[in-house]
Amino acid sequence: MNEILISLLLVVGSFFMLVAGLGMMRMPDIFLRMSCSTKAATIGVGTLLFALALYFASLGVATRALATIGFIFLTAPVGAHRIGRIAYLVGVVLWDGTIKDELKGVYPADACLPFGQECLIPDMDAPEVKPDLDIEKR
Amino acid sequence: MILQTTIYFIVFPLLSLTLVLGFIRLLLGPTLPDRIIAFELIAITSAAIIVVSAIETDQAVLLDVASAWAVISFLSVIAFSFYIEKWRGRP
Repeated sequence: MNEILISLLLVVGSFFMLVAGLGMMRMPDIFLRMSCSTKAATIGVGTLLFALALYFASLGVATRALATIGFIFLTAPVGAHRIGRIAYLVGVVLWDGTIKDELKGVYPADACLPFGQECLIPDMDAPEVKPDLDIEKR
Repeated sequence: MILQTTIYFIVFPLLSLTLVLGFIRLLLGPTLPDRIIAFELIAITSAAIIVVSAIETDQAVLLDVASAWAVISFLSVIAFSFYIEKWRGRP
């Protein structure tokens, strides 16, 4: 009975990981991709760790597994927020179907440099662009 | 018995497929942040594979490896975003 429950949890967790991979593959925009991968992968790893805590059924292992679940639940949104902010500042082109862009006009126009779809590698022969790296001042 | 069968025939193939999809996005990804989130997905999937390996081989020590792996992947993502923020605006 216990084995069946653990197997079910493992299958559910790996299915959520597969959903994360499919969303990473199929979504049209970096922000949608990031939302998919972060949420689904967090739930998937949490379910797998819960299955591990049930399998070993000892206090030390369960405590460590729950601590790891808490750590992943805390840090995944932080990393996603950092990368989303960087993607917006770098000038990634949004999806055509985007309805609302709350950050439009918040940053000055020269904050979003054209490192978008085409110009990924910076041109080494380009003239000197005055760097303004002080983000917090804006 | 059913646990081993489930792990070998369902769980490991699904996680491997997730790794392949993340690696395809890492190769295709049109911009640099796409590649970073693909890398993050690959790191989290590797942690999941380590956790499932801990169940499969009955070694509780591998849980520590998985938690340290999660910490290192989070720090690498933060470092990537920090240095891209520094690099932004350079010609």
